Amino acid sequence: MIEARNLTKDYGDKRAVDGLSFTVQPGIVTGFLGPNGSGKSTTMRLILGLDAPTGGDVTVNGRHYRDHAAPLHEVGALLEARSVHTGRSAYNHLLGLAQTHGIPKRRVLELIDLVGLHEVARKRTGQFSLGMGQRLGIAQALLGDPKTVMLDEPVNGLDPEGIHWVRNLLRGLAAEGRTVFVSSHLMSEMSLTADHLIVIGRGKLIADTSVEDFVARASQKVVLVRSPELERLELELAGPGISFVPAAGGALEVHGLTAEQVGDAAARAGIALHELSPHQASLEEAFMNLTRDELEFAAEMEEVVA
Amino acid sequence: MNAVAPAARLPRLETTGRVAFRRVLVSEWTKLRSVRSTKWSLAAGFLLTIAFPIIFAFATTSHWGTMSPQDRAGRHPLEIALAGVNIAQLAIAVLGVLLISAEYSTGSIRSTFTAVPTRLPVLWAKLIDYAVVSFLLVLPAVLISFFATQAILDRHHILQISFTAPGVTRSVVGGALYVMLVGIFALGLGAIVRNTAGGIATFAGIFFVLPPLMNVLPLSWNNAISQYLPLEAGSQLFTLHHGAHTLRPLTGGLVLAAYCATAIVIAAVLLVRRDV
Repeated sequence: MIEARNLTKDYGDKRAVDGLSFTVQPGIVTGFLGPNGSGKSTTMRLILGLDAPTGGDVTVNGRHYRDHAAPLHEVGALLEARSVHTGRSAYNHLLGLAQTHGIPKRRVLELIDLVGLHEVARKRTGQFSLGMGQRLGIAQALLGDPKTVMLDEPVNGLDPEGIHWVRNLLRGLAAEGRTVFVSSHLMSEMSLTADHLIVIGRGKLIADTSVEDFVARASQKVVLVRSPELERLELELAGPGISFVPAAGGALEVHGLTAEQVGDAAARAGIALHELSPHQASLEEAFMNLTRDELEFAAEMEEVVA
Repeated sequence: MNAVAPAARLPRLETTGRVAFRRVLVSEWTKLRSVRSTKWSLAAGFLLTIAFPIIFAFATTSHWGTMSPQDRAGRHPLEIALAGVNIAQLAIAVLGVLLISAEYSTGSIRSTFTAVPTRLPVLWAKLIDYAVVSFLLVLPAVLISFFATQAILDRHHILQISFTAPGVTRSVVGGALYVMLVGIFALGLGAIVRNTAGGIATFAGIFFVLPPLMNVLPLSWNNAISQYLPLEAGSQLFTLHHGAHTLRPLTGGLVLAAYCATAIVIAAVLLVRRDV
């Protein structure tokens, strides 16, 4: 369980995390979603006590991270930035961490086998590929058999087989009752892995919801209409908070109104409709709809959806 | 190099321990010995500490016949025996800075502080591990170089000095002690500056640039201040004779130790306060 209350972090003039409050529940996979630079990694560093918050508070399993007597048994973390000495072997890196908690050598070997680094365990990590580095990071996160697992962009650099493995692993960890908190800037990845979503943008909370609700909420006010009198319909429907996006095949996407509202308005004006369908948004579209107003995102979105 | 398909279930860990200082000591020892460049640097430092005095001793014996009485009087057997201390202090200082700065440059400090979030035990453990290693490395090196150089000089029956003569044992052991203190000071600087180049430059500035700068001061000021600079004060630990403007060995050693303590205290305060 991770509980953040009004968590805020400034770096100089820049506010990286802005009043975040959320709770990450055990037993499910919680996705932590936002474009690059939206404050995900900073939030994770705050959770681990690596950075001190400017304001607010965050606890893991009921305590501040630094107050845990055996932190590696409480939280296992994979940080986005490399956090391994390049001159040290994977084995010695893990052993050095294990020894702080009296975790035996055989556990280190067990984890090296689990993540598939057996053949390269004695090589210096500076020679590792990005994917091997990620596997080492995952081994590190799981070393202490932690109650809470927190991974920052874990599938970065992994091959499709590795991505599949991470998904299964995360679902398995959650099924065992652990708290699993995984960040990503890729919507598609989250839709396959997560049960719940915490979405942030520019350090602020945008959504804290189940994946289904997230999609439902974002798509409920998007309606696809087809009509011979689209221009007149637009004039009838126009109003604050309502926008129109041309869709394929001469159709029109109406944002900000329900299918009922569009249908009633068309009937009142005597406009024939050839199609009127509530639009089921994909997770990507849901994300974009929610963050549409955030102009800074516009460019970054392309990368997210890619 | 390809990783094999891994299993997807995490095996349980039967034993659970907590962070304890003795465990952090063991962890830091593993980290110290498991970086290849560290081992090579220590080995090179050890060998140079012995090799340099031996070369010095051979050079002295081969030129002895043509040396002027003043030159001969300027050669002291203990200075020849401990000529390697200067080399050892450089190697140990650079490694001392690196021991912490490399954690920041590679990012491994984030892993380290995730395992030991109270942070300070890491600093104390590094300090103790490194102090013990550097002392146990340099002590045999200066002992070997003392007896080796004496054996070389003995063949020409020159510059003999007994290990048990007043101040000699203290100087030889003091040489190792001095290097150890320099290592501690450098480690403190590394933790304050958190950058390899900056840490080494700061060390060089304090130890090698500051002393000659003192010459711009009026002589009386220079005499009063210079003896308290870390290099000058610490050097008294392995110097046999002391002048009017130098500290006694014990005082000099304590002054250097005070510099170490200051650097470490500043490092400790910053370590707890700063973001990683």
